[in-house]
Amino acid sequence: MLAFVVLAACGGNGAGGSDGGSGGLEGTVIIDGSSTVTPLITVAAEDFQAVNPDVRVTVATSGTGGGFEKFCVGETDVSMASRPIAVDESATCQANGIEPVEFIVANDALSVIVNPDNDWVSCLTVEQLNTMWGPESEGEVNNWNLVDASFPDQNLELFGAGSDSGTFDFFTAEVNGEEGAIRTDYNPSEDDNVTLVGVEGDVGAVGFLGLSYVLENEGRIVPLAIDSGNGCIAPSAESVIDGSYVPLGRPLFVYFKAESLQRAEVEAFARFYADNQDTITETALFIPLSDEQASEQRAELDEITGG
Amino acid sequence: MTLRATGGTRRRLYVQAAFKSLFGLMAFLTVGVTVLIVLSLLVPALRFFSEVSLSEFFGSASWAPLFSPPRFGVWPIVAGTAWITAIALLVALPLGLGVAVYLSEYAHRRLRSFVKPFLEILAGIPTVVLGFFGLFLVNPEIVRRFWPVGEVSTFSGLAAGLVVGIMIVPTVASLSEDAMNAVPRGLREGGFALGGTRREVATNVVFPAALSGIVAATVLAGSRAIGETTIVLIVAGSRPTLTWNPGEQMQSMASFIGFAGIGDQPTGSTGYLTIFAVGLVLFVITFLLNIISIRIVRRFREVYE
Amino acid sequence: MTAVGTEGAAVALDIHARTSTRRKVIDAFFKLFLWISLGIALGTLITILIDLITEGWPRLNPALITNMPSARPERAGIQSAIFGSLWVVGTTAAISIPTGVGAAIYLEEFAKRDRWYNRLIELNIQNLASVPSVVYGILGLAFIARGFLSLGFTVLTAALILTLVVLPTVVIASREALRAVPNSLRYGSLALGATEWETVYRQVLPAAVPGIATGTILSTSRALGESAPLLLVGALTFVTFNPDGFDSPYTVLPLAIFRFISEARIEFRPLAAAASVVLLFLLMGMNSLAIYVRSRYEKKLR
Repeated sequence: MLAFVVLAACGGNGAGGSDGGSGGLEGTVIIDGSSTVTPLITVAAEDFQAVNPDVRVTVATSGTGGGFEKFCVGETDVSMASRPIAVDESATCQANGIEPVEFIVANDALSVIVNPDNDWVSCLTVEQLNTMWGPESEGEVNNWNLVDASFPDQNLELFGAGSDSGTFDFFTAEVNGEEGAIRTDYNPSEDDNVTLVGVEGDVGAVGFLGLSYVLENEGRIVPLAIDSGNGCIAPSAESVIDGSYVPLGRPLFVYFKAESLQRAEVEAFARFYADNQDTITETALFIPLSDEQASEQRAELDEITGG
Repeated sequence: MTLRATGGTRRRLYVQAAFKSLFGLMAFLTVGVTVLIVLSLLVPALRFFSEVSLSEFFGSASWAPLFSPPRFGVWPIVAGTAWITAIALLVALPLGLGVAVYLSEYAHRRLRSFVKPFLEILAGIPTVVLGFFGLFLVNPEIVRRFWPVGEVSTFSGLAAGLVVGIMIVPTVASLSEDAMNAVPRGLREGGFALGGTRREVATNVVFPAALSGIVAATVLAGSRAIGETTIVLIVAGSRPTLTWNPGEQMQSMASFIGFAGIGDQPTGSTGYLTIFAVGLVLFVITFLLNIISIRIVRRFREVYE
Repeated sequence: MTAVGTEGAAVALDIHARTSTRRKVIDAFFKLFLWISLGIALGTLITILIDLITEGWPRLNPALITNMPSARPERAGIQSAIFGSLWVVGTTAAISIPTGVGAAIYLEEFAKRDRWYNRLIELNIQNLASVPSVVYGILGLAFIARGFLSLGFTVLTAALILTLVVLPTVVIASREALRAVPNSLRYGSLALGATEWETVYRQVLPAAVPGIATGTILSTSRALGESAPLLLVGALTFVTFNPDGFDSPYTVLPLAIFRFISEARIEFRPLAAAASVVLLFLLMGMNSLAIYVRSRYEKKLR
């Protein structure tokens, strides 16, 4: 099914865009938010500007929470998010008269990664993950043999998303059972390269980041399969789309300011994404939308922009 | 010319007064900047300390202000700052003083004018470039290979300290050299006349005479190391660690500010205010160090005037 | 202090009396230590340059400068960052040089040294020069980007912050240049009936201009490499267009490098190195301009 989606994309429209490429558009689209979604949206921004050279699109990376902070005070037009907008965030938005319009832009398999020289583990259970990352492990679980007696005596170094990121919220909610609950003696970062370089450089390191980073860096780090009770499932496009990669499969979001969508250049950007999402997700190594998600997105866009 | 000009004396004096006050205003503007710094740090920092008690800030040893529940014990990032500054000075002092003594007491004029531009280039290398160099060359290829005790992480305070040390070598070298150059020739000649060798004159005559200038240079270089942000952010990682092992990841006060700044905390949240509280501590420390160094230099100046 | 000096010499004599071969050995080792220090300092510089050039070599081509940043490493360039840096540093220079030189003229030519407020200004400038640049970033975040001025994350915000960063050094450098002008020139002019201002404007400034130019070029070149304060005001951004005004979004070269370092794909690493080479090249360009101005000036004097 995935193959079909990708094929359809390649057949439909190549690198350029069919819609929104009318030219003559100008203006600025300011985007901020999740570092997980950033690689996807930078590809979209770049391709969009190739056909609309007079529209200026900026993409900053403040993390999902940081992005919403700016979004809800009106500093940005679009907010990238690796989790849905939180209740208090949407209250802030509302208080400032900003109406967020949610789009699912791609899917992701949040991947747990280890060093290629790590030869003792290829699959972890959710409980083991919790032992590694839970708040009660702080200062205690610093060795692999404390995670599981069968693991060797090897220092455990942890790398992961910082508290501003949706990946952090998602991971802590799924693995530790409560959003935001995590040991604090790991190396947090809003920039996933830190996780990557950290895990690449240390045999005993574990980190978590989006699947696209894993695919872009095959060989430097190795993703682990996750066992949530139904056997070990590796992170992949297939396992996310068929719903078997639990609990770490997730959709990724972009929020448009409804008011901004009334501006031609912002609407054009949204349409450009909808029309080219398969090319964009493929280029950025993200998991594309399912057909169902895609048609939902298109219908929503039509409804809001009245097109 | 004088005769012709006298006619418009009053106008000329008005022009003078206008420029005097304009330039005076510009000079006073700099005081305004300091006031602005203090205000912009103090107001949010006071709000911060109304939410977080001083005893928690200075009395506990766990720093996780951006997590929930947040913890605000500042010592881990103070310790990180201390580690990195100490390592940097350990590198920069011998190197910088060696260079300074060589240039001031040994080198011919020609060699000096050849070497100095290179030091200026080294001084001008942007910290982000040094960070790149530290993360991808110094730490993996040098520190992790040759550090004899304990393991060194992919991000380490040790490597960050080394690279910050490289950054401040030119500061130590050029300020110390200035101090040594200011030592009157007569002292050196006295040393030589008593049969001292070049080294003995350098270490026993010039060095002590220039000591206060050298100490001031050290203090200034140390304060630059304390405030260095980008190198530490790139090379030392972002985990605050209270540790005896310099090979671990560390966060300094300055790199915390950079880290929190990139993440963009919600305005007004305690996490956001933390930036200002730490900024205030950093400002106060560098301010005090600077006062100390000015005092030292002043005393040093009096000697030969 | 003088006492210490003589004491030292006395020690030297004392040593001389005992063994002279031992002295020679120590002298030789000391010289070796000095050589090693100099060697390490210069060696590090050379290592950095070689490392950057070899790592960046595959990307050191015209496309690096003509291409915009891209999510695809093979296409990515730094055009918008170069233009961003030129805008920001140009604006910084345009604000900081007149202000800094004005303040320097006041302090050096007009101010009475014994007034407490003039001493305060002097002390204050020395202090400002040692404030960590990231602190200026905080100030910029609170007062310029948001808060009082609310200029947002724009070229002007960045330029104002960097102005604050470089202003103290611009003042200090300009004062040194003014101080180097011989007093005879001032006395001559005043004796001929010129006012203080006319003396400054017609005699002192022209004589000091080369020195001021050298000093201010070197000081503002610092703004070109500065990254920390701009991290706090959103310059770490994917921007694929050149700025077109003071209110334009921007990125600068040091932060483009920071971005390349933060990119997960290893293909971005050569780009970080290549962009660093470009940045160093620009900095050295500014340095050599300063050196050129200085040397022309020196020749004139002779």
